[in-house]
Amino acid sequence: MKMKYMLMFVGDGEGPDSSSPDELQAMYARVGAWWEQHSASGALQGGHQLQPASTATTVEPATGVVTDGPFLEAKESIGGYGIVEAPDLDAVIAMAKTWPASSKVEIRPIVVRDGM
Amino acid sequence: MTQTTTSESAGAAVSRVFREEAGRLIGSLVRRAGDFDLAEELVQDAIVEALEHWPVSGVPANPGAWLQLTARRKALDRVRRSALLTEKLRLVAASEAPLEESDDRLRLIFTCCHPALAREAQVALTLRAVAGLTTAEIAHAFLAQESAVAQRIVRAKRKIVRAGVAYRVPTAAELPDRLEEVLAVLYLMFNEGYLASSGPSATRPRLADDAEWLCGLLANLVPAEPEPLGLLALMRLHRARARARVDRDGQLVLLQDQDRSLWGGPLIAEAGALIERAAAMRRPGAYQLEAAIAAVHAESPSWEATDWRQISGLYVLLLRHRDTPVVRLNLAIALSHVGGAARSLALLGELADALDGYHLYHATRGELLKRLGRPGEARAAHRRALDLTSNPAERSLLERRLVF
Repeated sequence: MKMKYMLMFVGDGEGPDSSSPDELQAMYARVGAWWEQHSASGALQGGHQLQPASTATTVEPATGVVTDGPFLEAKESIGGYGIVEAPDLDAVIAMAKTWPASSKVEIRPIVVRDGM
Repeated sequence: MTQTTTSESAGAAVSRVFREEAGRLIGSLVRRAGDFDLAEELVQDAIVEALEHWPVSGVPANPGAWLQLTARRKALDRVRRSALLTEKLRLVAASEAPLEESDDRLRLIFTCCHPALAREAQVALTLRAVAGLTTAEIAHAFLAQESAVAQRIVRAKRKIVRAGVAYRVPTAAELPDRLEEVLAVLYLMFNEGYLASSGPSATRPRLADDAEWLCGLLANLVPAEPEPLGLLALMRLHRARARARVDRDGQLVLLQDQDRSLWGGPLIAEAGALIERAAAMRRPGAYQLEAAIAAVHAESPSWEATDWRQISGLYVLLLRHRDTPVVRLNLAIALSHVGGAARSLALLGELADALDGYHLYHATRGELLKRLGRPGEARAAHRRALDLTSNPAERSLLERRLVF
């Protein structure tokens, strides 16, 4: 039975602005290669890079309050995510260890319900 | 024989049975039902029931089969109680076949010590699932609340199931890292028992004994790996000196003051043989080197005759595998016996930031300053060490040093 996971790529919230254009391009090339490799193997089923945390809007459904910013003020935030199908956590850890861009990758198992 | 010693030895016999049987049984049930949490729970229930019955009725002739039968009955009970008759429970309840010959305990060890689990959870889970301790026994060993330990175990097992932690032996590529993780768990367990970091007594022999047993089991299950042999040798060497380490009043005795006639010769010889077996594989590692260092001490006829040159050399090698401030501190101590206290004090200076919160750093500094004829600074360093240690036996050793 395969498990589903969400990989959350954690960064400083504002993207890699401090890098030079050359470095940035090289990094995007590595990310592209990583994405292609794991999509081709069937493990990676989708995902996106996100706009910086400063663009976030938070809504509280119970009160209807809409706020500018992420729900948690933190130095680090999710810069992108990928949805992965794998036989077990070890396979995903091995994959995350090769992620070329951000400093941390959080792995969260996805709740899979019958018929979904 | 008094009543207490009788029941204690009966208790020890029962614990030995659990150690032999629990891991095997859980291992095969996990494989059969595919559910780590459930298998572990059923066997724990069976152990608790055995603890109620065996002291009265005696240990059954085939304790493994008794535990298996009881675990099966526990599964049936749950099936009846539960409206959701799950396939997993039926698989366990229906399994009448005796335990397979194959040993699933290696997978079990690697699952319990998976790096995705917190170290405390790895320790508690390994003791419960592989060594067959009850939650109450684990709580007692770590002077923790039983409810806190139970909670830790529940959370860890939930993570294993929900996060998809694999129940398998790591691949060859993964093995070095994963083995290192298991050894770290076992060494922490052993140290907690051998040199308790808190609590009224300085040692908890049962915990150290369980850790040594687990390490022996691991060494047998991965016979081509040298590091488990190294850790096992290290544990034997610590145990060989255990009787000389604490005096009649429960006070810790420094290595240099220990009565070497109390050291266990056979254990030291056993450790030596283990180190040689490991060394023959020609893959040196941190535990083998630590064991080799301990062996040089153990084989030395007196403190004065200690071969500090060899010990220094071994610490230099150890730095290649484990470059930590504590290893550097130990190297500085060894060198102080070869090249003088002043040079070692300078080496210690580089470690000031990293080890300021470590009592042995200040104790060593105090010792060196005393030797260099700086008694005022020496006393200050010893006092700082005293403030930092929470082990009562180590505390009084430092208190005695302050007198001079």
